[in-house]
Amino acid sequence: MDDLLQEFIAETRETLEALSGEIVGWEADPSDRARLDSIFRFVHTIKGSCGFLDLPRLARLSHAAEDALAAVRGGDRVPDSALVSAILAIIDRIGDLVEAIDAGESFDDGGEALLIAALDAVPAAATPAAAVPSAPTLPDPAALAANPQRSGHKRSVRLSVDLLDRMMSGVSDMVLARNQLARHLRLIEDPRLEAMLERLSLSVDELRDTVTRTRMQRVEALFSALPRLARDSAASLGKSVTLVIEGGDVELDREMIELLRDPLVHIVRNAVDHGLEDRADRILAGKPGTGELRVVARQAGNLIIIDIVDDGRGVDTDRLVAKILRDQPSRAAELRGLDEEARLRLIFEAGLSSRDEVTALSGRGVGMDVVKANVEQAGGRISLVNRPGQGLTVSLEVPLTLAILNAVLVDAAGTRFAVPRQSVDEIVAVDGGAVRVDRVGTGSVVLLRGQRLPMVELGDLLDHAPAEPPRYLAIVSLREGRFALALDGVRDTQELVVKPAAPAVMRAGIYAGQMLPDDGLPILLLDCSGIAGKAGLTFEQAQVQVSATVAFEPVRALLFLDVDGARRLIVSDAVDRIEKVAAGAVRALAGGTWLTIDGRSVPVWAGQGVEAGTVRTVLRLQADGLELAYPVEEAIEIVPLPDELSPAADPHGTIAGLAVIAGEPIELVDPLALFAALPVAAERPLCLLYGSEGAWMEAFLKPTIEQAGYRVIRAVSPGERPAIALAIDEEADSAPTPSLRLSRSRGQPLYRYDRGALIAALKEHRA
Amino acid sequence: MIGSLQLVARIGGCGVLFDAERVDSVVEVGAVVPAPGAAASVIGLAAMRSRVATVLDVRTLLGVARCPDEKRREGGRAVATIVDGHLYAIAVDSLEDVSTFQLGAAPAGLDTTGEWDFVTGIGEGQHETLLALDVDRLVARASALA
Repeated sequence: MDDLLQEFIAETRETLEALSGEIVGWEADPSDRARLDSIFRFVHTIKGSCGFLDLPRLARLSHAAEDALAAVRGGDRVPDSALVSAILAIIDRIGDLVEAIDAGESFDDGGEALLIAALDAVPAAATPAAAVPSAPTLPDPAALAANPQRSGHKRSVRLSVDLLDRMMSGVSDMVLARNQLARHLRLIEDPRLEAMLERLSLSVDELRDTVTRTRMQRVEALFSALPRLARDSAASLGKSVTLVIEGGDVELDREMIELLRDPLVHIVRNAVDHGLEDRADRILAGKPGTGELRVVARQAGNLIIIDIVDDGRGVDTDRLVAKILRDQPSRAAELRGLDEEARLRLIFEAGLSSRDEVTALSGRGVGMDVVKANVEQAGGRISLVNRPGQGLTVSLEVPLTLAILNAVLVDAAGTRFAVPRQSVDEIVAVDGGAVRVDRVGTGSVVLLRGQRLPMVELGDLLDHAPAEPPRYLAIVSLREGRFALALDGVRDTQELVVKPAAPAVMRAGIYAGQMLPDDGLPILLLDCSGIAGKAGLTFEQAQVQVSATVAFEPVRALLFLDVDGARRLIVSDAVDRIEKVAAGAVRALAGGTWLTIDGRSVPVWAGQGVEAGTVRTVLRLQADGLELAYPVEEAIEIVPLPDELSPAADPHGTIAGLAVIAGEPIELVDPLALFAALPVAAERPLCLLYGSEGAWMEAFLKPTIEQAGYRVIRAVSPGERPAIALAIDEEADSAPTPSLRLSRSRGQPLYRYDRGALIAALKEHRA
Repeated sequence: MIGSLQLVARIGGCGVLFDAERVDSVVEVGAVVPAPGAAASVIGLAAMRSRVATVLDVRTLLGVARCPDEKRREGGRAVATIVDGHLYAIAVDSLEDVSTFQLGAAPAGLDTTGEWDFVTGIGEGQHETLLALDVDRLVARASALA
């Protein structure tokens, strides 16, 4: 964690420095979108990092600033000078806090609430900038300097990559020069000279290792923060997740690791927040209750690929499109024309969130567009594979700018090549008798320990030159399958730095990069999957397809704990979803029990004697356009429904029968009977309280109207169609729907205090 | 018009000019390691101190026959340049001079929007016309050569 904190501090400090220009520019021209975006990204990143570094004060400040900036980005707020000053004050405070953390001191949090409050100041009030409390000045530098360095405090500096590159090539030059020198000195055969050279040689090697380490880092460094991040993210949402990490030992350019850190954090958070379902929903979908997140790094050709695979719900592209359509109706035609892939890519659009509420975790979906920008800045690509209902795979592909690889040096087609050690299973000598090479048609097949593998000859592949029978075979193992690569000779294994080769060379399609070993002759690194592709090898899918012979899927049922403490079953197809509801969302009203959700009322099954106020979880049932909420204590698991059911005693009850699950008889709820037994099955019609007396009517008449089976509204929102309006006599003519006229004086047809007459009139209208 | 500093070289008998600003160095290429399957203009790879350069033969682009492979592999003089972060060594017959030239427009017969887009203009040499080459486009053309 200390390492992470140090990196966070260094990074924040550096970004702040780079940002100071932007801030000044933004102050001068608050409408500057690009500057606004970069400031927004800064606070967003801080917010993200604080979450898992456990820095609540920084998190609070950055979250508040982010909210305000998001409102500006969304066009809901105009950046006036008061807002700009407030944001600047917060950014200053972030800088001060970061310095204080670095120094290991506490920092007085006076005025932080004020700083945050200043953000919310009503723009019209035009809070003078002076009223915003300016951040207290830094602790006296002298005092800081006097502060003794904490023991165990790891110090670090940041260097330009260019400088490191020069250092690295300088050391490589030195190694080559040493080798030349060594060759010549050996001819002289002076033992004293040789001893001196030996010493020089050792220190040069050591130096090279050190310098290489300054530039390279194992991908593990990038992954080390993820388990904690995934765990904390999941915990704060009440989900559980297992994180699987593979390929952490790939060594990568530090620069790339830094560039990938933010995108990776965002993607993992998004996967936990948006991708993985709640435990209950997962159980309902027949998945294990704990979500799985796999982060896999691998090298393919001249790319490093990091896959982040979740087994959540995937992306609902329909909702994505609907959301964009709602915000930007003018794009309707364009959106209609998109294919599924293009629809999926909409997720990268700026300011889009597939989620409507903002969570402290991944915020407002700012992630994906920023993630894409960051990855592309690193010269990489981001791609998505969506499996609706099954999960989402996000692949980050970044160019292999620099990597250290354990390589086998081999001879083939008259040239020396390198093959990644990792992809070679074994090397066999052809004349050893362990293998047999058979010509089959135009190609060759290798028979090795009873297994036939296709053989590829580089010379044949590239020039169609007739090749000599190979002397060695490298058995290459790819993810798709194995093949034998024909070799003329095998030299040795070396740890070498791989660098990208020029496009003119890469177009051969069989190289992954170039290396320069100590003898000073360049070597091309072979890309085994590229070779297999170029040779047109197709591998039988190792994975056996799920056999299609199962004719009848067993009916699945959800086992749940009912509110009366009994365990019951319901056919899972009848359950639309399992929903957690807020306290007070279920109420006893108008003679029935109702759940208010998504702005609508849904009837609640009250057969098991539920107490309205205690309901926290419901099963949402749907059939034939009707909706019903079935209150439960909790969902337990999905089980296959046994074929044998004992019929229930009461043919008209809501229990269809008894099933035996794990030796225990369990009642199976009949969803159709539930719907049939509904007191009011349909959605309640709307009653609009219209005109200047609306408030009075709401206060006095609402209970009466609700008792008559209506839902009361004061204004018509889009998509709603009131069945009837209620208005005072003289205003009734302008109402948008047929209206009941309430009269002000006693004795008129519908006097406004005559409860009985009002109920009668409303009921008559419904009928 | 102020002239620019150009490196005068000879490739397959043609006199050409390289913008001195874009020339990283002038090198003597040692042994060249072949890169089978690469673009036809790629002779192979050669180490230049600790860096690996892609050695290019652009004779075909200039309308001159390529050197036989065996001869190309021996190395020789080359102009080193960096394009998109990659180091290239463009093989030349000889290097003649560095001097200031005033470049004129390319002759009308040359299709400088198409196949000859790497020619930026011409310079007047001693009793001959020198073609001024754009290094970036030259490398791009050479890389695309089948």
